[in-house]
Amino acid sequence: MTSPTEDTARVFIVDDHALFRRGVRAELEGPGARGVTVVGEAGSVGEAVAGIGHYRPDVVLLDVHMPDGGGAAVLARTRTEYPDVVFLALSVSDAAEDVISVIRAGARGYVTKTISGRDLADAVVRVKAGDPVFSPRLAGFVLDAFADRPGAAPPVDPEVDQLTRRERDVLRLLARGYAYKEIAAELVISVKTVETHVSSVLRKTQSSNRHELSRWATDRRLV
Amino acid sequence: MRRVTMAPVTRTEEPTTTAVVERRVRRHRTGAVVAGVAGGVAEHLGVPVLRVRVVFTLLCALGGAGVLAYGALWVCCPIEPVGVEREVDDRDRVRGFGLVALGLALGLVLSAVGDQISGWILGPLGIALVGAAVVWREADSDGSKRGAGRLGRPRLVAGRGGILRAILGALLVAGGIGAFLIGSADVGAVQFGLLAATATFVGVVVLTVPWWMRLARELTEERRERIRSEERAEIAAHLHDSVLQTLALIQRHTEVAGDETAREVRRLARRQERELRDWLYRESDDEGVPEATCFGTALRAAAGEVEDTFAVSVAPVIVGEAAFDVRTAALVAAAREAMTNAAKHAGVDEISVYAECEDGTVSVFVRDRGKGFEPDAVPDDRHGLADSVRARVERHGGTVRLRTALGEGTEVGLTMPRTERPSEVA
Repeated sequence: MTSPTEDTARVFIVDDHALFRRGVRAELEGPGARGVTVVGEAGSVGEAVAGIGHYRPDVVLLDVHMPDGGGAAVLARTRTEYPDVVFLALSVSDAAEDVISVIRAGARGYVTKTISGRDLADAVVRVKAGDPVFSPRLAGFVLDAFADRPGAAPPVDPEVDQLTRRERDVLRLLARGYAYKEIAAELVISVKTVETHVSSVLRKTQSSNRHELSRWATDRRLV
Repeated sequence: MRRVTMAPVTRTEEPTTTAVVERRVRRHRTGAVVAGVAGGVAEHLGVPVLRVRVVFTLLCALGGAGVLAYGALWVCCPIEPVGVEREVDDRDRVRGFGLVALGLALGLVLSAVGDQISGWILGPLGIALVGAAVVWREADSDGSKRGAGRLGRPRLVAGRGGILRAILGALLVAGGIGAFLIGSADVGAVQFGLLAATATFVGVVVLTVPWWMRLARELTEERRERIRSEERAEIAAHLHDSVLQTLALIQRHTEVAGDETAREVRRLARRQERELRDWLYRESDDEGVPEATCFGTALRAAAGEVEDTFAVSVAPVIVGEAAFDVRTAALVAAAREAMTNAAKHAGVDEISVYAECEDGTVSVFVRDRGKGFEPDAVPDDRHGLADSVRARVERHGGTVRLRTALGEGTEVGLTMPRTERPSEVA
């Protein structure tokens, strides 16, 4: 990878709405957001796969819904080939199955399209550094999916099918809108520990066979 | 920013969706010799298919038990969905055909030695069985073709060859049964029997005409309904994508421009987005969903009202669900008051709302990153928090925690014990 400076995150935008791509680009390159350069954009799955291979960006901003397969298709066709590229899903949808399915396909975070330009730039820098980006809504879905309700299927593999108490605490605070730093202060742990917990929650969300998660995934595959 | 090596967690290969195996035998479409039963059983048990076929063949020697077992599995096990690809070894199929022949021969020869059933099986009933097998196979293979065209009219048999095979099978069955009857009874009785059977059959058909008509009508109606709901889903997907995109775009652009008009436009866009979302994701598609039957809906509605009134964005995240009763109603009212306070006084554009329904309690957290205040410095004539929030919640046995400091934002935490468990609420 040959980024001009090691400090800027090189971003590639995938969205089938040209107007929206332009808007995001303007915001990310505008005065308010530093540390981000947009290296390219694509409007379809094919273009995205080619563009990602060509530019080798640090972060791909990925639309979940696109006419020819959407974010999941892009992930499926690029993730194994370019394991260093990080994907951040950007969507108008906040339906649970969309959020969960794109996370399970390998995205490291999920933000809605109404996010402000500054927050989006922050999120890009954070995922580039290796931290998952959990919006409050995503945190809520994950808590819901891992909830131990009466009637829920018993965990198959306790290692990935259950959240630890601490992970749950962290998720709750994320859902309440706390930033990592505030969570660390609240739980009296280091920011690094918070990041570890969130990464571990992401890993479990991606690989767990919990009934709710599998159902979302399979529903998705059959449609 | 330093380049940080990504944690290895990203490489936990392939989310294991494929591991969700349904524990059920499904007959194979590809590589089937008779009906794919052996293949399905082999996959279910994780053994080579040849071994399963040998077992069935050997069972045939036990008075035809293999045939019975195969037939039973055929009837009971559904066929696998269309589109499952797998490698089929041609030699395996040839061996399979050989084994079928061997099994039938074994069964017949061995049972011929013993009892009189063999007489029937060797003769007419055997022919009828073969005929039935031919027709059944045809019905199976038709399914695969039906799946190809989405709205294709379901047909009982496919293609001219299919019709031919079906007729052949029917003839075999009819011939077999006829031969059996003629063989076991005298001709006059058979004639009378056939006449009686035909008459009964015609009678039944005539009597049930209205029922058949209704069945046909219902089938068409059902099909029309399915097409309609597919179309509706398509429209929803389209609206979802393009209209929500546009609304999101409007919100982002008006955020940059900060004047009063922009604020108003943003408020309208948010309202439209919320209404569209409500319609798209409504849990039940019945018309006239009763107002606020559950806590989550009520809280979302309250958040929407605050959003509309004060032109701020309130995005509630709700985990779990609770019934809407006196207590949760009080909780929603208190939460609305807290949101209103935040919208009015905090001076922010966004308020976080998080609700969690646990076994014993329901909690709501309303948080803003605004000005904050000194709780003790609130003048006595301002009763917002004290009366509406605290009193409402505490009257029903709940608690209120307030966290705020000047410049630090405000968080109001409301906790209410649950009246009953959700499973007990009808």
